[in-house]
Amino acid sequence: MSGHAMKKGNADAQETRIGVFICHCGSNIAGYLDCEAVTKYAMTLPGVVYAKNNLYTCSEAGIGEIKSAIAEHKLNRVVVASCSPRTHMPLFKSACGEAGLNPYLFEMVNIRDQCSWVHMQEREEATGKAMDLVRMGVAKATFLEPQEDIESSLVRRAVVIGGGMAGLSAAEALGDMGMEVILVEREPRLGGLLRRINRIAPRGGSAAELIEERISRVQSRDNIKICLESEVTAVGGYIGNYEVTVRDRAGQESQETVGCIVVATGGVPLVPEGLFGYNGRNVITQIELEERLKSGPLDATRVVMIQCAGARSAERPYCSRICCLTAVKNAIYIKEQNPEADVHILYRDIQMYGAENERLLWESRGMGVRYDVYNVERPPVVKMDVVEFYQPLMGEVYDLPYDLVVLSTPVVAREDAPAISQLMRIPIDQNNFFLEAHAKLRPLDFATDGIFLCGSARYPATVGEARAQGLGAASRAGTVLFKDKLVTSALVATINPETCVGCQGCLMVCPYGAIRFDTQRGVCEVNTILCKGCGNCASTCPSQSVVLKGFSPKQLLSQIRVMLS
Amino acid sequence: MDVGRHPNIRLLAYSEVEKVEGELGDFKVTVRKKARYVDESKCTGCGACAEKCPTAISDEYNLGLANAKAIYRYFAQGIPSTYTINTNFCRNFQAGKKCGVCAKVCQAGAIDYKQQDQVLEVEAGAVILATGYELFDARRIPEYGYGRLPNVVTALELERFLSASGPTHGHVYRPTDLALKESLPELEKSRQKAFKALEKFEKQFERTSDEFYPLYEAGELKGEDYEKWAEQVKAFWDLDGEVQARKEKVASLESAHRLAFIQCVGSRDIRFNRYCSGFCCMHAIKEAIIAREHDPQAQVYIIGMDIRAVGKGFEEYRNRGAKESHIEYVRSRVAEITENKDHSPVIWYEDTKERVVKSLPVDLVILSTACEPSPATRILADIIGLEVNDFGFYATDPSQPLDTSRPGIFVCGCAQSPMDIPESVAQASSAAARAAQVLSGSGTLRLAS
Repeated sequence: MSGHAMKKGNADAQETRIGVFICHCGSNIAGYLDCEAVTKYAMTLPGVVYAKNNLYTCSEAGIGEIKSAIAEHKLNRVVVASCSPRTHMPLFKSACGEAGLNPYLFEMVNIRDQCSWVHMQEREEATGKAMDLVRMGVAKATFLEPQEDIESSLVRRAVVIGGGMAGLSAAEALGDMGMEVILVEREPRLGGLLRRINRIAPRGGSAAELIEERISRVQSRDNIKICLESEVTAVGGYIGNYEVTVRDRAGQESQETVGCIVVATGGVPLVPEGLFGYNGRNVITQIELEERLKSGPLDATRVVMIQCAGARSAERPYCSRICCLTAVKNAIYIKEQNPEADVHILYRDIQMYGAENERLLWESRGMGVRYDVYNVERPPVVKMDVVEFYQPLMGEVYDLPYDLVVLSTPVVAREDAPAISQLMRIPIDQNNFFLEAHAKLRPLDFATDGIFLCGSARYPATVGEARAQGLGAASRAGTVLFKDKLVTSALVATINPETCVGCQGCLMVCPYGAIRFDTQRGVCEVNTILCKGCGNCASTCPSQSVVLKGFSPKQLLSQIRVMLS
Repeated sequence: MDVGRHPNIRLLAYSEVEKVEGELGDFKVTVRKKARYVDESKCTGCGACAEKCPTAISDEYNLGLANAKAIYRYFAQGIPSTYTINTNFCRNFQAGKKCGVCAKVCQAGAIDYKQQDQVLEVEAGAVILATGYELFDARRIPEYGYGRLPNVVTALELERFLSASGPTHGHVYRPTDLALKESLPELEKSRQKAFKALEKFEKQFERTSDEFYPLYEAGELKGEDYEKWAEQVKAFWDLDGEVQARKEKVASLESAHRLAFIQCVGSRDIRFNRYCSGFCCMHAIKEAIIAREHDPQAQVYIIGMDIRAVGKGFEEYRNRGAKESHIEYVRSRVAEITENKDHSPVIWYEDTKERVVKSLPVDLVILSTACEPSPATRILADIIGLEVNDFGFYATDPSQPLDTSRPGIFVCGCAQSPMDIPESVAQASSAAARAAQVLSGSGTLRLAS
């Protein structure tokens, strides 16, 4: 938008001079209502000095007509009646800007999606409705005021919280992009959960080697500051300018100002106290098995693994995604080390999703790993030296003798996830995993601008997934940090401190945490960077002290008034 | 739309990569921008051309379930919204025919029958491949009868049925019922024709057919013309009866209430693709829930070996499907699909929980077909010289899931392995990060304005 070089245009002129452009949208509008009649009607409205209908207002010709009409007819307001502002508002606004008119003096009326398309059989009524809509748009345009886009500065630094695979990947990528990174890790060493893992699926590479490689890359960069045994204790500010307080082992606190934050705090494997006879000795978890496999040959030749131990239950309804893969990977490793070993996996659904995982499943079968489905209503029972289980395919109960029972427990959210959630005002889901902005389309973003998410803090992830997500979060942060300043719409809320009674009703309804109560003055204030212009506050305020720019009471009431007149 | 409007993104749609030369930091990519025969800078996407185009062709986007025109847009929300002429069908491009209707109706003057392919050279520091996937051709499994049994469709076809903007406006009808419905106008036309023929006789002999026939039957009217008339009367009555019967039948048609999804069609099958396609279980559950929302009478079965609801909130979604939409999950590998006389499919399978072979008659069978590497993946792998794995997807290392075998060339999404939407979206960002990573310091990266 060329709005930066914005002059106030001729909006200061006494006389309101509105230009109205009625779009035919080919036959999309003109086919179902009388555009010419609407144009003629627009000419009769107060303040309108020019009205024109065109085939496509969005075409080069149409845009050219807007620009030349602004100059020729000294327009100080422009109204386009056409399609959806979602798709075309930016185009028309910038056309106004290019012609020297403040882009906020533009108003759009939707006579297609909400008029011609819904009244295809009623030409007369549709024409009447289009006239009503145009009248309302013109009424609002009369009271539009020029605005300036809000610009804010930006600190080209990022905090990455968590030094596991996801956090390391994010930090490394941001570092490579030339950003200064502060990597905060609670433990004395980087590496996260991978430190406890033996081999990596699907190809069986060493987890230690893999993580060391990532760590050394991060350590070798002088624009990445690593804070071990440290925690984030406070977060203030907003996108571009977050104030993050980091406390180190000695209790020393330091303040870091950063543009973005990446949350990569990971998850932890559930310790299944009270489940399937867990004792940590001969009934252990997969992560404990990993540690044993790492430390040397396994002293067990009869191994029974039980999947979904503590997962997909009433208490923890989710599937933890990676435990089937972990079990199959470890089963293969045991068979590789000792082909004579018996490994039996009892499962509900064997979740070897995707291409490489499924390959492991069939390969393990080829190696002699046994698989049996169990019925969740009749789960296996771990007894002294046998696992008793009901085999639904045969309808019989079997005893499986064992040296070692391995429980595949889910990765659960860290205990402090709710605290971090509060600290940063980012949401968590019912399982205490962090909740992304959109499950499908924005998996690595938070609804709060400038904070990003990756790895098992979001939901259990494999090594490859954690790495991809860490890189992805860095990329998302990069879309912010590569800018030289942040520009946001001027259509935000303002609070008049003279009339605000400090009831804080607006503060309660703001979904973006953009309102702050100033205790000294006893009034509420809007942070215009955080405000998204939703208008919740404006419609809540009992003293009408909150005004959403571009949707002021004067503007809206004028629309209603002309509608009812 | 964000991509279409982004000042730093140049969108080359309807284009193909022909060559990739150079190396990391300095690639030269040769792109053929195919002729659309419509000027992108002029076309406003209004659709007047397609409305008036006289040549109806099968609509690829709706999987042939609806018609498109020879000048078309793949689907309404596509970016750019420019129309394209399909020269295989357009009369102007077929020898000896003339048309030019689109050029006449296009008020933007965007039609250009003389447009040529353009070959562009694009300089790039890194290349990201997102060539996606294609679906397994279910005809390859004869025992499931796709293509032979009319009421066996694919999950993507059902997707079009369930879409409010799809060929059936969101109603799920059995294809045989749809065909019956669609055959009615044709039948009515023949009836009308027969009626016209009668009128000719009636005019000629100045007598209504109703008056004529009893006389003819009684032997009072004889001669060749009368015989012909009588035959015509009988033919008309037959047709008339048929029209009535079919009308009643069509009026009594109900949407398909009993639906069964068959999972792993072409996946986890040593004959075709041994791998798991990752997204089909969730796709089936989603379609089942929508079908049930649309039709509270719907009873949906999902028959598969494992239900792989492996993703954030997926298991919960699967349980919701069972609880609220009454989806019945059946653990089995379906052996065969046959059909009843009324064309309702019958599914033969072993219910592994009850240990009996069962047959399940339903209204519609939906095949959850496998995700396979797209042809573009194979072609580009050859052109660029990239390794593919034995499944045909671009080969990557699990510790560098975005990196192909050639530095500076990255891959994301189903071109790498079957995956669902959130994973694809996350990977797309990751691939962008990898590109930024390897280009940093090379001077190729600069700040956005």
